[in-house]
Amino acid sequence: MKAPDFSYLRAESVDQALDLLARHGDDARLLAGGQSLMATLNLRLSAPSVLVDLNHIPDLAGITETETAVRIGAMTRHVAVERSPVVARHLPLIAAAMPHVAHAAIRNRGTLGGSLALADPAAEMPACALALQAVLEIAGPGGRRRVAAADFFHGLFETDLAPDEILVAIEYPKAPAGARWGFRELARRHGDYAMVGLAAMVEGDPICGAGRLAYFAVEDRPVLAHAPASKLVGEVIDDTAITAAEDALDADLDPHGDLHADAATKRHLARVLTRRVLGDLRTV
Amino acid sequence: MTDANRPLSVFDRPNSYVGKTVPRPNAKRLVQGRGRFVDDMVLPRMLHAAFVRSPYAHATIQSVDTSAAKDVSGVVAVFDGHRMQTLCEPWVGTLKHLAGLRSPPQYPLAVDAARWQGEPVAMVVATSRAVAEDACELIDVDYDERPAVADAESALDPDMPLVHAEFDSNLAWTRTVDAGDVDGAFVDPDVTVVEETFHFGRHTGVTLEARATLADYDPASDQLTVYYSGQAPHMMQAVFARHVGVPEANIRVISQDVGGSFGIKIHTYGDDMATVVVAKALRRPVKYVADRLESFVSDIHARDHRVRGRMAVTKDGKIAGLEIDDRTGVGPFSAYPRTSAIEANQVLNLTGGPYRIENYRARGEVVFQNKCMMSQYRAVGHPIACAVAEGLIEKAADAVGLDSVELRRRNVIPDDGYPCSSASGLKFADLSHEAALDRLVDLIDLDRLRHEQSELRAKGVYRGIGIAQFIELTNPSPMFYGIGGAPIAAQDGATVRLDPSGTIHVATSVTEQGQGTDTVMAQVAATAFGVSLDQVRVTTGDTGAVPYGGGTWGSRGAGIGGEAVYQAGRALRDNVLATAAAILQSSAGDLDIADGTVVDASGAERIALSELAKMVYYRGTELPNDLQPELVATRHFRVTDYPFVFTNGCQASYLEVDPDTGLVRLLDHWVVEDCGRVINPQLVDEQIRGGVVQGIGGALFEECLYSDDGQMLNANMADYLVPMAAEMPDITVAHIETPTSTSALGAKGAGEAGTAGAPAAVMNAINDALKPLGAKPLTTHPMTPQRILRALGKV
Repeated sequence: MKAPDFSYLRAESVDQALDLLARHGDDARLLAGGQSLMATLNLRLSAPSVLVDLNHIPDLAGITETETAVRIGAMTRHVAVERSPVVARHLPLIAAAMPHVAHAAIRNRGTLGGSLALADPAAEMPACALALQAVLEIAGPGGRRRVAAADFFHGLFETDLAPDEILVAIEYPKAPAGARWGFRELARRHGDYAMVGLAAMVEGDPICGAGRLAYFAVEDRPVLAHAPASKLVGEVIDDTAITAAEDALDADLDPHGDLHADAATKRHLARVLTRRVLGDLRTV
Repeated sequence: MTDANRPLSVFDRPNSYVGKTVPRPNAKRLVQGRGRFVDDMVLPRMLHAAFVRSPYAHATIQSVDTSAAKDVSGVVAVFDGHRMQTLCEPWVGTLKHLAGLRSPPQYPLAVDAARWQGEPVAMVVATSRAVAEDACELIDVDYDERPAVADAESALDPDMPLVHAEFDSNLAWTRTVDAGDVDGAFVDPDVTVVEETFHFGRHTGVTLEARATLADYDPASDQLTVYYSGQAPHMMQAVFARHVGVPEANIRVISQDVGGSFGIKIHTYGDDMATVVVAKALRRPVKYVADRLESFVSDIHARDHRVRGRMAVTKDGKIAGLEIDDRTGVGPFSAYPRTSAIEANQVLNLTGGPYRIENYRARGEVVFQNKCMMSQYRAVGHPIACAVAEGLIEKAADAVGLDSVELRRRNVIPDDGYPCSSASGLKFADLSHEAALDRLVDLIDLDRLRHEQSELRAKGVYRGIGIAQFIELTNPSPMFYGIGGAPIAAQDGATVRLDPSGTIHVATSVTEQGQGTDTVMAQVAATAFGVSLDQVRVTTGDTGAVPYGGGTWGSRGAGIGGEAVYQAGRALRDNVLATAAAILQSSAGDLDIADGTVVDASGAERIALSELAKMVYYRGTELPNDLQPELVATRHFRVTDYPFVFTNGCQASYLEVDPDTGLVRLLDHWVVEDCGRVINPQLVDEQIRGGVVQGIGGALFEECLYSDDGQMLNANMADYLVPMAAEMPDITVAHIETPTSTSALGAKGAGEAGTAGAPAAVMNAINDALKPLGAKPLTTHPMTPQRILRALGKV
């Protein structure tokens, strides 16, 4: 299929992009890496009359670090994140998850901000943002605001972003000393959206402090499962703790079935993943 | 006959290319992007077609309002079913030899009723595809949705709606095979009876290049040229002539580079036909290229079978009886001109084919339903027949306490037992089941594998070994289609011509769709005639330039087309030697052609071919006046005496199942097969590997998922899972070479073998892996993680 006609507008700055959004309103879509948007255009699932291209805004891409955080520009390509030594050192969970994001060709073009703003419930990066307590920096007509990842994902392809706003950066706190992380997903083929995935971060070693278990491809958005995480607090990760966490999972997950796994299968697989990921983090 | 006992032939000469892997002459062109596929073609005044397709599986079409679409700038014409009906003769997908098969007339666009989601309903022709698609969105079709017949299993139930009101039921065709005394065999108190029900989901071809047609009509000469991505140009020439109203002699079908086909591109599609019809009506070239979404709901689907089977086995492991009942759903029409009954027919014919089974009964029912049409796709019927028999054999072996390899050994037709016939009436010759099975057991080192498996089981790792024995139908004779009235040639021709440069030019009616036909034909011609490979040029895929023939399908390219090339090459050699003898005042019998030169018995050069040809073409005065040399020869070949030339082989799969997730990791796969004389080992091996991958696709990944109301749910490349390289195992291929005695070349086909056996091997391996866990046997293909978890009782 061929995309319906649209106007293409190239923004040179965030402010200009905001202006264009304000001018065209609901008719406009932001073009980041285009790895989802272009497909929906060509499938005629989406027919915006205006595309505002963010790819030529110089300061939207890049990875910088402060003492306590790593800031990644929204237009940073997946491949740049995947290969970044800063990410590898301070955000090992992201580094571990990146190879699971689609295929190399898609990671060459796809952007971190695009993935978060799209909010596909089966995508890896939204779940990692939850597990890592990322903060999303959003530019709008009234200036910039910061939103915690936990408040950003509202539902299926729905986020806290207003139609006239642009996600400009994601800030991840650096992993504290002793933090442990784990990432696994179950997919029928390498590079597919997962049947179920889990991004986990646990503070403290060997006694666990706060922990976050972010499941994806289970509901209409990535889900932080608080009950199983709470079972780890004050414990070492051993068989008993893992079983307690696994048993607590049902309270927090209400899986939606899809073509490859119905709700019961997803529930089962989420338990299996919980055991495996926590097994990766186990102390004894 | 073993290799050592066989007399030396032309194929054993030192300069023979038969049996050698050589570089593919067309590979460089294709990898450099110089291929010429239909969508690369641009003609002056060319228009583009797009189609409105039914969103419903079954609906009455109350009206089609095309007025807004016609007003779009760039739109040249819009057609609905009624207008199209006036321009095109309908077709009916039946054949005389499939007694009782029925299917109603079919038009390019749905008329008054749509019968599957994806059926073309209206067509827009415009100056670009994008404009045509814009206009499609403005066509207002008023549908009245009707209840759909989706599930084949219930399609014959009395309360089901009818797909076609003119028929009394949704039955398209039924056939029963009944040989020996099946009832007696099963009631014998000395036999053990096992039974099982198998399901094979729908899948489809997913060719890299989608279906594509570019039709160009010249009214001045009433000449129609169709650039067509397909496998059987001459068949399409006849089909277009019958239904478009242009004399067959005035139609030229050109199938140049074709990006995969797998049987998908050998059927008549409404959108293709409409494209040709409209090109004639508008007197302008019209191009239509299916996009990926349309391909999923319009390319023929394959499989969709439910087979109940039971097998009776004696205590000493002899198969005393086999009975199967196949129900298959083929969508709303039987495909034209090959029909949609062939797959069920093949299941009935092939099941249990490797074994001596005297008592065999098989019933097949082909039913209409409101789903995409189903018809012939790679390895028609084979994977179903193989999985049913091999699945039952595993169960039977367990039941009588025998190793399943041993059970197979006790039942296969012995290698010295040919020629012979199967219970279903197939004639077999030159097969090697015993040798192939021995070779496979040796190749996989079965004892070591079993040892490794049991050691790992103790550690909670569940690996399985699965074996499958198969027969493969190749080199079909006119008994396949032509006998039933289809315009499908079972013979193929080749013309080999010597040019003044000393090169030979081969024109053959078999086609190239990526598997290396051109290379194989060049190898055969070079060997038969006596030149080096770089002195051969090959033309295929043009009805205006090649002899008449069937094309490439049913694993017939090398076996039938290759034999025609071989015979033509030998005939040209005789012609050249007769000419050389006259020129050299020698005797043809004392001369030979080697490496581009006419040589004498000692191998000494007498005259170069280029010199001889130049003398003939330019300097005829130097020739005797009574000599009119023919430096061209044409030969045709068809298989006689046998309806088909069967091949055989066996496969093994080694895999690991994760019993917690249901995911299967393929570790290794082996194929031993006997395609007769191997012309190009690498191309044969790659055919086999590609076939295995498609078989694995059906076994583990690919499935056209439908809702209860006939909506295909995963008609895109994200949700329809094709097998990908990352998940594929290494595939080891070994050969037994028993040349077919039906031809001098001795080549049988190899295109179906991989697909025929892989699903059964994988299925048996999964069930072997899960046996210690008490899982219910997996018999529904594809064997998805969810189905495996269910079999294990975990979800």
